[in-house]
Amino acid sequence: MATPRTLFDKIWADHVVRTEEDGTALIYIDLHLAHEVTSPQAFAGLRETGRKLRRPDRTIAVADHNIPTTDRSKGIEDPESRLQVETLEKNVKEFGVPYYAVDDIRQGIVHIIGPEQGLTQPGMTVVCGDSHTSTHGAFGALAFGIGTSEVEHVFATQTIVQKPAKNMRVTVNGVPPKGTTGKDLVLAIIGQIGTAGGTGHVIEFAGDAIKNLSMEGRMTVCNMSIEAGARAGMIAPDERTFEYLKGRPHSPKGGAWEQAVAYWKTLPSDEGAVYDTEVTLDAAEIVPYVTWGTSPQDALPITATVPRPEDFEDEGRQNGVARSLEYMGLEGGMDIQDIKVDTVFIGSCTNGRLEDIRAAAEVAKGRKVADGIRALVVPGSGLVKEAAEAEGLDVILREAGFEWREPGCSMCLAMNADKLAPGERSASTSNRNFEGRQGPGGRTHLVSPAMAAAAAIKGHLADVREFLS
Amino acid sequence: MEKFETFTGVAAPMPAQNIDTDKVIPARFLKTIQRKGLGKNLFNDMRYNTDGTEKEDFILNQPAYRNSEVLVVGDNFGCGSSREHAPWALSDFGVKCLIGTDFADIFFNNSSKNGMLLIKLPQDIVDELMDDAKLGANARLTVDLENQTITRPNGEVVKFDVDPFKKHCLLNGLDDIGLTMTNKKDIDGFEGKDDMARPWMPSTANK
Repeated sequence: MATPRTLFDKIWADHVVRTEEDGTALIYIDLHLAHEVTSPQAFAGLRETGRKLRRPDRTIAVADHNIPTTDRSKGIEDPESRLQVETLEKNVKEFGVPYYAVDDIRQGIVHIIGPEQGLTQPGMTVVCGDSHTSTHGAFGALAFGIGTSEVEHVFATQTIVQKPAKNMRVTVNGVPPKGTTGKDLVLAIIGQIGTAGGTGHVIEFAGDAIKNLSMEGRMTVCNMSIEAGARAGMIAPDERTFEYLKGRPHSPKGGAWEQAVAYWKTLPSDEGAVYDTEVTLDAAEIVPYVTWGTSPQDALPITATVPRPEDFEDEGRQNGVARSLEYMGLEGGMDIQDIKVDTVFIGSCTNGRLEDIRAAAEVAKGRKVADGIRALVVPGSGLVKEAAEAEGLDVILREAGFEWREPGCSMCLAMNADKLAPGERSASTSNRNFEGRQGPGGRTHLVSPAMAAAAAIKGHLADVREFLS
Repeated sequence: MEKFETFTGVAAPMPAQNIDTDKVIPARFLKTIQRKGLGKNLFNDMRYNTDGTEKEDFILNQPAYRNSEVLVVGDNFGCGSSREHAPWALSDFGVKCLIGTDFADIFFNNSSKNGMLLIKLPQDIVDELMDDAKLGANARLTVDLENQTITRPNGEVVKFDVDPFKKHCLLNGLDDIGLTMTNKKDIDGFEGKDDMARPWMPSTANK
């Protein structure tokens, strides 16, 4: 009998072009997503060496990191941002790459639009010059972020040079308490395994608490795999995956659909497949989570207190915690719920989908954003925005005092005009609370969309369960 | 890519854990369309005050370390964003080699593609090299990739492991796209076979 294989093992095996003696493999890439920040030097590299882009029909480009989320009719004010977007527009034309222009309803964050268009499918290899490419793993695809040299390599050869990763399985069983979302599960996971816990591994998320998530919740979980240091995160495809994909613009149609589903059903890990590392969590114990420090691993339940350096044993970690507390302007031992915020950001490739906006609107409905709080909702794509507006979510959010913006990466990494001022504090649905991530000197607390909305209304970090009927 | 040659240079200690690529080069400096010129913004927010003056206590601002070519770093250096601007900034500053217990995967890959050598060593040896790096202008290490050795200021020699393929590319300054192109037949063959096996693979062409 054949050796039982994991989901990762199967996708890897189906994409090996050749293997060297030392185990280094050339892996075929099915889908390459490109954006304006990490592609210009790669296109320039092709031009300098006279190389062609091998598979424009497997490449899709969009501008997302730099673009304004306010009125776009006047173009981009910042000259550097404008040059980067114009450079992408010139490059896609020269190399024949399909592109969703800034005024196209399909424009949005690269990791939102791939799944939305049905371009991301089970069993595929997906890359992008962006570490949150792991999002696409929610479909049972092998998806990982790459650097610009590798972007150029994929442009030229449609392959990538890699050694196989180790397999890690993170199993979350049980029923989570009310108010706990995919975001809370993944923050709890990162809090447990640490920001380097997944280094060298591909994480397969499993267990009924993962299976019971919507596709959107699954994308949130896989999105943050990189914050645990993993090369990729993935979830076995199932009926929910197929249902999400059916009828999308690039999903297979007719007989091809049946053929694809038959293949997709062979992908889940075999019974008895061996993982190099196994981690198990009980969803029943995971209440809504929040980060207090400057690494995504600094995650705790909203009911907890801010830790003190002496709570940790390792000296390096103690120094890190002391530094984080200083940067964040927090005292060890204080209640997390006493932390006041200035800004609330709802959006990003982590939490910028329709379900996320619905969750925020549910909390915001009939309530008001606290005085002095700036609260932004930035849909992940033009289509997410349109769907939310069709449900009236924009009206609910505006009436509550939230700003309703145009799609893009926005304040997740503050490459456009949306940023925190030095010392300003946010509750943010994004993925990184690194120093300066949302603007130099800015202080970030990562939360779910419902928790972000609760913080906006209370003016401080708050337990969303108070707001849920 | 330039060939990696044996050199003796000043090593700077950066013991903090989890120095992420946002710290190495904050996002607002990613708006360039060039690979060059990022060295001045390397570690920008750790290195400069908001008025642009240097922070005196930052290691690379201290006279002994202004021309550091080696960084001895804490665990999980380079975590976070996949931005290759991080190794570009390090390289543009003049850093040729980083030594630590472990590095984030994408940063590790990106660095080797820019001619930088990242060396993983056990904690006790990294601790010793970190102590060496604290010697200021005397913190000179010799890094020899061919023989896979680091020579400490006291003359002691430390051996290190390196992936043979990466070593070959670094020593010869090889562009791995060129190498992959020599396997074009294999890629053509894979595509032919795969078109039959998975005919539903989507084209990105506009629908």
